Amino acid sequence: MLFEALTLQLGYNATLVTIGATLLGLTAGAVGIFLYVSKRALVSDAISHATLPGIGLAFMAMVLLGGDGRALPGLLIGSALSAWIGLLCVSWLTHRTRLTEDAAIGAVLSVFFGAGIVLLTVIQSMNSGRQAGLEGFLLGSTAGMLWNDAMILAAGGATVLAFVILLYRSMSLVAFDPEFAAASGTNVRRVELAMMGLALAVSVVGLKVVGLILIVALLIIPAVAARFWSDRLKRVVAIAAGIGGASGYIGAALSASVPDLPTGPIIVLIAFAFFAISFLFAPGRGVLAVVVRHRRFQTRVHVRQGLLALAQGQPIYEPLTLRLMRRAGLIRADGVATDAGRGQAARALLDERRWEILRADPRHEWAAARYDGLTPLETILTADQLAELDLSLGPEAA
Amino acid sequence: MSEFATEFVALSLTPMVIGTFAAIACALPGNFLLLRRQALIGDAISHVVLPGIVLAFIVTGSVTAWPMMIGAGVAALITVFFIEIIRRVGRIEPGAAMGVVFTAMFAAGVLILEQSDTSGVHLDVEHALYGNLESLIWLDADGWGSLVDPVALSGLPHELPRMGLALVVVAALTWLFWRPLKLSTFDEGFAQTLGVPTGAIGLGLVIVSAIAAVAAFDAVGSIIVIAMFICPPAAARMMTNRLERQVAWSVVFATLSAVLGYVLAGYGPLWIGFDNAVSAAGMIATVSGAILALAAAFGPCRLRGGAATG
Repeated sequence: MLFEALTLQLGYNATLVTIGATLLGLTAGAVGIFLYVSKRALVSDAISHATLPGIGLAFMAMVLLGGDGRALPGLLIGSALSAWIGLLCVSWLTHRTRLTEDAAIGAVLSVFFGAGIVLLTVIQSMNSGRQAGLEGFLLGSTAGMLWNDAMILAAGGATVLAFVILLYRSMSLVAFDPEFAAASGTNVRRVELAMMGLALAVSVVGLKVVGLILIVALLIIPAVAARFWSDRLKRVVAIAAGIGGASGYIGAALSASVPDLPTGPIIVLIAFAFFAISFLFAPGRGVLAVVVRHRRFQTRVHVRQGLLALAQGQPIYEPLTLRLMRRAGLIRADGVATDAGRGQAARALLDERRWEILRADPRHEWAAARYDGLTPLETILTADQLAELDLSLGPEAA
Repeated sequence: MSEFATEFVALSLTPMVIGTFAAIACALPGNFLLLRRQALIGDAISHVVLPGIVLAFIVTGSVTAWPMMIGAGVAALITVFFIEIIRRVGRIEPGAAMGVVFTAMFAAGVLILEQSDTSGVHLDVEHALYGNLESLIWLDADGWGSLVDPVALSGLPHELPRMGLALVVVAALTWLFWRPLKLSTFDEGFAQTLGVPTGAIGLGLVIVSAIAAVAAFDAVGSIIVIAMFICPPAAARMMTNRLERQVAWSVVFATLSAVLGYVLAGYGPLWIGFDNAVSAAGMIATVSGAILALAAAFGPCRLRGGAATG
């Protein structure tokens, strides 16, 4: 069942939804990176919640004009307009009043959502509104998605993706360093607006599939997950788009093959699984890598200090040091140094003495800056420099 | 006894009082969250109330008050814990860390809710999102006289005492910890040198917010709780530079939003010729937003740095 869904053989509707969700995830991941890098990830939460009153008003307007209130293009235009107004409200509250951006986001998202709920209850009491099913936009409803709807979503997604590629340079400049961008002649305000516009477009396109409450997850989670894997923006954008697309694809397929599995939430949870994997296992920034690096560092410090103690004939009490040195074969079980241990200890002591002389000599300032008690001096100085340094060691050490 | 009074007490009084209690209970901790730039913690908490309640329902099999409270409180703590872990270990900025955690938990809540059989009880996604204030009616009431009639009083919706209790707890804790709360909000370093356990105070604030959110969740749903957390305190912030007055203003604004919102939702449509009421919770949020807009446009201290003194 799942295999059939993954290979798009599970019927017309499921295929449409899967393709739509994949495209959506792809776009959301790519756009989300820029929001994340410019530290404005949660603005998208305000944007997506602010679509609700627009949906309601658009429905009413279309019914009053004698049309079908459920026509998707109309609803999407309405939602985009009200999301835009919500965005302006956030920006106005942040720049013109003393409220911080997070408070402005919270206020806008909750008030617009509340107003939207009021409009939905009004629509429910309208004659033509009983079957409107506008609640489907809250958490997405992919059942009964039409070919036309899918085409609108695909076209919207493709347009957004094209804009991401088109604006890639200026958006990355503004996201990382707005001041530098301004100094080098970029219209920062316009680029920021474009960035928000793209987030808005993703939210609107995602209404049908994921719903307005959870669409923000697709803008945030793939971006955060991708950030663990690379420091290069191009790669991060590609990875985020990949994670988003994969989440949409797998999520939609799962939802099609298991009953009672709503599409939006399952897509979000798949994205979260990608995040959890990245968070734990990504090389470099993942938890596992950090722990391993920390343990290695700890071992080096302990062994180094243990070796210095051996060389100077001092007793070692620290149990961790003893354990590590025993495991490395530097000391015997009774704490007496092995041959290897004596050799390494002498070398560690010599290194430490060399460092001491080096750090006392202002001519070696550049090298002395790299002293951390662990790095062997041989890796920094040339053999000639070492030999020169050894001249001042004195006969007893050399 | 006029017919209006009878109907008002039976149908409108209890929802209005519950709405007011909920609004005040959320606005009180909201003041501090706002000043600590943690306004969106309220957002996160109110989203994860849903999975907490759903899990409590799965474990106990019923929608009774205490397991739900505990479930939601635990969910709130887990959320805060995860946000901190992701923020510190993964070095992710707080907004994004929050976004990752609460959306995922909300999604999990919706998923479990859809998967489990909740047909027998009053627990569905829409109810969770925007509550059902209108349903908290007092059928045993027969005019104002019922307020002193023990038989009628025993028929009060049980949400009322629960919300009242939550309000009392929140207010008492705010009053009790006023000084350390104020100190650690405005100058955490100074508070630490005085020996105030700022970490515990911060966590306590989150727990109190969670209590308020869970209790209010029942009445107004999870999204509109956010409006209660943020809008009255934010509007109050435009009115004054003093914390005491800000809290007082926020209580006034919260009460105003709840009462006006409920009246507009229940009777407003009738006045303009509709015959169905609209969502009270949604209207309360809308009114609180309107108050915020007015305060942001005309409040004496609306600008950064607080232009006026007051």
